[in-house]
Amino acid sequence: MSSRISHLRRLEAESIHIFREVAAEFENPVVLYSIGKDSSVLLHLAMKAFFPSRPPFPLLHVDTTWKFREMIAFRDETAKRLGLDLIVHINEDGLAQGIGPISHGSALHTDVMKTQGLRQALDKYKFDAAIGGARRDEEKSRAKERVFSHRSAGHRWDPKRQRPELWNLYNGRLAKGETMRVFPLSNWTELDVWHYIELEQIPIVPLYFAKERPVVERDGMLLMVDDERLPMEPGETPMLRRIRFRTLGCYPLTGAIDSAATTLSEVIHELITSRVSERQGRVIDKDSSGSMEKKKQEGYF
Amino acid sequence: MTRSNLQMASDGDDMAEAMGGPSGAEAESSQGLLKFLTCGSVDDGKSTLIGRLLYDAQNVMEDQLAGLKTDSRKFGTTGEDIDLALLVDGLQAEREQGITIDVAFRYFQTAKRKFIVADTPGHEQYTRNMATGASVSDLAIILIDARKGVLTQTRRHSCIVHLLGIPQVVVAVNKMDLVDYSSERFAEIERDYRAFAGQLGLQNIICIPVSARNGDNVIGRGERMPWYAGPTLLDHLETVDVEGGRAPGPLRFPVQWVNRPHQNFRGFSGTLVGGSVKPGDEIVVLPSARTSRVTGVVTQDGNLDEARAGDAVTLTLADEVDISRGDVIAGMESRPDVADQAAANLIWMSEEHLFPGRPYLIKCGTQWATATVTALKHKINVDNLDHIAGKELALNEVGVVNLSFSKPMVFDPYEQNRDMGGFILVDRISYNTVGAGMLQFPLRRATNIHWQALSVDRQARASQKGQKACCLWFTGLSGSGKSTVANLLEKRLHALGRHTYILDGDNVRHGLNRDLGFTDVDRVENIRRVGEVARLMADAGLIVLVSFISPFRAERRMARDLFPEGEFLEVFVDTPIEICEQRDPKGLYKKARAGDISNFTGISSPYEPPEHAEIRLDGGHEAAEALMERIVKDLEARGVI
Ligand SMILES: Nc1nc2c(ncn2[C@@H]2O[C@H](COP(=O)(O)OP(=O)(O)O)[C@@H](O)[C@H]2O)c(=O)[nH]1
Repeated sequence: MSSRISHLRRLEAESIHIFREVAAEFENPVVLYSIGKDSSVLLHLAMKAFFPSRPPFPLLHVDTTWKFREMIAFRDETAKRLGLDLIVHINEDGLAQGIGPISHGSALHTDVMKTQGLRQALDKYKFDAAIGGARRDEEKSRAKERVFSHRSAGHRWDPKRQRPELWNLYNGRLAKGETMRVFPLSNWTELDVWHYIELEQIPIVPLYFAKERPVVERDGMLLMVDDERLPMEPGETPMLRRIRFRTLGCYPLTGAIDSAATTLSEVIHELITSRVSERQGRVIDKDSSGSMEKKKQEGYF
Repeated sequence: MTRSNLQMASDGDDMAEAMGGPSGAEAESSQGLLKFLTCGSVDDGKSTLIGRLLYDAQNVMEDQLAGLKTDSRKFGTTGEDIDLALLVDGLQAEREQGITIDVAFRYFQTAKRKFIVADTPGHEQYTRNMATGASVSDLAIILIDARKGVLTQTRRHSCIVHLLGIPQVVVAVNKMDLVDYSSERFAEIERDYRAFAGQLGLQNIICIPVSARNGDNVIGRGERMPWYAGPTLLDHLETVDVEGGRAPGPLRFPVQWVNRPHQNFRGFSGTLVGGSVKPGDEIVVLPSARTSRVTGVVTQDGNLDEARAGDAVTLTLADEVDISRGDVIAGMESRPDVADQAAANLIWMSEEHLFPGRPYLIKCGTQWATATVTALKHKINVDNLDHIAGKELALNEVGVVNLSFSKPMVFDPYEQNRDMGGFILVDRISYNTVGAGMLQFPLRRATNIHWQALSVDRQARASQKGQKACCLWFTGLSGSGKSTVANLLEKRLHALGRHTYILDGDNVRHGLNRDLGFTDVDRVENIRRVGEVARLMADAGLIVLVSFISPFRAERRMARDLFPEGEFLEVFVDTPIEICEQRDPKGLYKKARAGDISNFTGISSPYEPPEHAEIRLDGGHEAAEALMERIVKDLEARGVI
């Protein structure tokens, strides 16, 4: 076995261990499904962890209503293919107020439709553990995140209340009102995720592969015109460019890259030779230094 | 710095190679994964060193670099140069203070290996964080500032590395640029360190002179230390063998989850933490000691011919053995220990001290139980591993303890198997992780004391007296009226023909607990003994009235847990402190105020009021008689009398 494969197998086993701990120690866990590549890997690992049983928890997608259409189609297909229950939650209050990324800006939109939407859903279904696909290598402040990340009542992340985490002994005990976020992919890097997708032939949203798509260039970002809700600025017309995405979010907030990579191995090669980190394509991170930190304390994933 | 910058701009393809080559081509000299931790005192240059490794190994992206340049100007300590430490310093508040205060994990890779770095802080008060990082590491880099040499903290970090059983140590003597790259200075530090490490019993040590700031001997050799002939830091990290040090050992499979999709399949899911297993192997399940044979090693990718340590699988067995989470499947030969008492090293991680006698939750492998520290044999001075006498453990202290479990635990000594011998202690009220430890060996003492199965049981004894046994536990401040009400109640119950007994400070402190004072530790022990005596009396069929201030919730809960559900009734005599102090029947408040009594509840020691007392009495307003009547009514309603 080559070093890379043995490395991936070790990460795989570690993640499976974490999934099983969650199933054993919580009453009502849920997988937060965000449809991206990390989520695809997360589900793949969940299927492995409990085979031949089905994963003993549903999927939750907090829909901001601004996801790429291909993402939504892929989401529904995936739940069906794997035979998993899918809960879709939309923040109806936000929707009624007409909150959107274009009219209200990325920060407010994300806060209302994603962060608050997630809290609503967790409260509504009384989930005590929410399993997410975040990785420690994504962003500096995540480097310190626990695998079992404790949330005080009200879903607040309090850096002082995080429990020491030794060996692989996760403490899943909760007092009333407290919840846990669990990150089985903590030790995976972006490259690991791609190598694993290739090794295991895991289906992912086609937007990760290059194709001619209608885009406009704005503030140095390539935005895909996914539907008629993206207003054109004076003199702007969508043009067709060969593009793909490194990370997927709400389409008006996610920048595409020019690319010719249409297969997994081409995507990986491009990643290896690229000089920017994956979050660069996200509007939300650039607000200020430490912005992810603030979001996390407010309950954003 | 310039050197690296040039590379950054031009070598996209080298980069591809550095990260494992284009997809499809497998890396050659395969070493897999290395998890290591870095430790050093504040400002020894840990963050700079890790930043240097990431930077020189080309694992820093352009946009991160741009952010770093902005940040260096804002927060940096290196003037106009890029401050590499900022690559790894994390949370905003910490960054502004210029310190790292937690464990942060970093990931980088070269053509030869993938690395996970646990970055842990050098602050004295953060031993717990270092232990956390050490628990998941195979190698430790201990930083020494070349100007300062081996410090107390260096010794402390080495002791923790030793306690947590990290097999490999690299001593990076940093800031060589500030001692003119002197080979004599390096040799002197190496000599000091090896002398100390020898005493500890640390093996596999290598010392490397580096300058994290300038990059010498980190990845490239540089020209400034021609006298050094050993490997550079990265050379060593890329080639050191940590797998070989881990003996495969006998089969250990802690059951995590019973896998039962339908009537025809019953499997046991878990991760092997020792040895290997094949279909056909005879196994034993502990603690029940039932035996069976493995019929399948199931995974979604098909059944395996064999699973090894580290593999996450599902086992099926030939027999219908009753197995649940927490059981351990082991090979027939060399079984793990099964014991309800054990000796352990314990690292305390909570602000609230550890008191012997107080119960905690314990998690070891996939087992949960209750554990009590029955004896703190001694504390360990982590600066030199000396023994110190002590009665309690404070945050960041380490002790050697005896533990008693609520049920038999299956384990191996930590030295033999980290996964089978490491454990955490969890507070039973806050559920915080308050301690972590390493089991050493089982204690057999307990195995000879079996409870006699008595034919006359507690119920028989109580019903002969025409009553239900119970314990009324009166808690409240000194002067709240506990004893007055308890005495009135006993008189009334006696008049009703009930069999009772009162335990209070007067009859217990003078005899049974004569040896105890009023420190927190002694108070815990005091309550423990009273609780045990009350339990025996209830066992004998009596209605026991306990009248003790018992200020701590945890101790009252400990007492409560000794009794069957419903037999322990907490009576909170809730009298405001002003009234108690006014009454001051024994003149104690006056003395406490004058400073003549220390640790006096309500004045110089806290009282934690009950949250769910069965009976709450308003001792400030109602008369003692009326309060007593209320209890009688309550007991009638509960069917006790
Ligand atoms: N001259 C010199 N300074 C260094 C070296 N390594 C680190 N420093 C400086 O020492 C200070 C503390 O470094 P830092 O990495 O933040 O230390 P940490 O607290 O151990 O993480 C910073 O000002 C660094 O620039 C070195 O090799 N030579």
